[in-house]
Amino acid sequence: MAAPAGDWTTGTIIELDHPTDRLVRLRLHVDDRVDHLPGQHYVVRLRAPDGYTAQRSYSIASDPDDPLLELMVECLPGGEVSGFLHDVAEVGDVLELRGPIGGWFVWEGDLPAVAVAGGSGVVPLVAMARYARRLGLQDKLRIVVVARTWDDLPYAAELQRYGAFIALTRENVALENGQSRVAAPPYPDEMKAYVAGAERAYVCGSVGFASFATRLLEDAGVDTDAIRVEQFGETG
Amino acid sequence: MTRGFLGRRRTARPDRLPPGQYDAGSAWPTLTAEATPRLDLDAWRMTVDGAVESRQEWTWSDVQAMPGSSYVGDIHCVTTWSKFDMTFTGVSVDTLLEAARPTAAARFVMAHSTTGYTTNLPLEDVTGGKAWVVWSVDGKPLPTGHGGPVRLLVPHLYFWKSAKWITRLELMARDRPGFWEQNGYHDRGDPWLEQRYQGDP
Repeated sequence: MAAPAGDWTTGTIIELDHPTDRLVRLRLHVDDRVDHLPGQHYVVRLRAPDGYTAQRSYSIASDPDDPLLELMVECLPGGEVSGFLHDVAEVGDVLELRGPIGGWFVWEGDLPAVAVAGGSGVVPLVAMARYARRLGLQDKLRIVVVARTWDDLPYAAELQRYGAFIALTRENVALENGQSRVAAPPYPDEMKAYVAGAERAYVCGSVGFASFATRLLEDAGVDTDAIRVEQFGETG
Repeated sequence: MTRGFLGRRRTARPDRLPPGQYDAGSAWPTLTAEATPRLDLDAWRMTVDGAVESRQEWTWSDVQAMPGSSYVGDIHCVTTWSKFDMTFTGVSVDTLLEAARPTAAARFVMAHSTTGYTTNLPLEDVTGGKAWVVWSVDGKPLPTGHGGPVRLLVPHLYFWKSAKWITRLELMARDRPGFWEQNGYHDRGDPWLEQRYQGDP
């Protein structure tokens, strides 16, 4: 089945906040919105008075059922689009948008899956988790997320409530049983419970993270052909 | 127009940069949809089949022994980065097709990767010195993350058409969408026309 694809449209920023110094969360009303699947993305295009444009892709964080489209954008050093969204954009601004786009890195709830993301790569997993929770499919989607610190992990509290395995590499993680997980990347043994029964695996993160997570999944017994990767480069 | 957006200083925006692209400078971002394969060169084959007079299959040493051909120039990724003055070396797709002899009915080609990745191209976009099968970049072996040991190179189109880990060119009488093309991307992908997604001009 072909995934839904939307043409260029516009969206109005209805809510905007900065969960941390490096993140901006945008919630937009999208004109003539085409419903997305969890995992798809939008292109945001900025247009200067002389017609110059800059555009970047951002994963969708919102559930398809959400009346607004939610994007969580990490502000990159010198990022032309992310910097604008972080520092200049305000509620009421209208942005050129195109989406939804992408039909590969999507989870429709049909297959039992494990999703592994690093840092801001968690965003499409948040859409998947919200979708799973609404439809009561949490048993079919297990989530593993990795970040340096709690503050570097977008949606950390929400992911923890979902039941995600959170591995921090520079901080210990407090566990519900009062103990803590020592700062370290996830070990293959820790992955076993999360990959058990998964027929599909999703990996999202930086280039370095994607190759780490792919190997981790393979070491934990996931078939290479079952792994779908969404990675973002050092594109500034 | 986006309120408050001026954009980067662009007095020096070069003519060679297609619309909507930026110069990635020395960075070469990697984008891949599948797990990076561990490719065994002894088992690797390059096949040309489908609508051809004579199906061909070459080993790694066979393709290395073919007349070499290089591309020196720019590449453009649909995710909006471009990279200038790359040098890729390998064999021209013309050389492969001369051996296989496409039939009169052949009008399109599907490039297949060892991973199962596919991408479709009009035949005229891979003939006439416009496409290569390459294994070296800037004088060094092509890194695995960038499609090494061997990838397709079609630099006048967006770079997803330059299938990594190429193993087969299938000649076709009728067009058929490849991997990204089934997932909303353009069938041709000309960066100068900004043919990024299905429905673009």
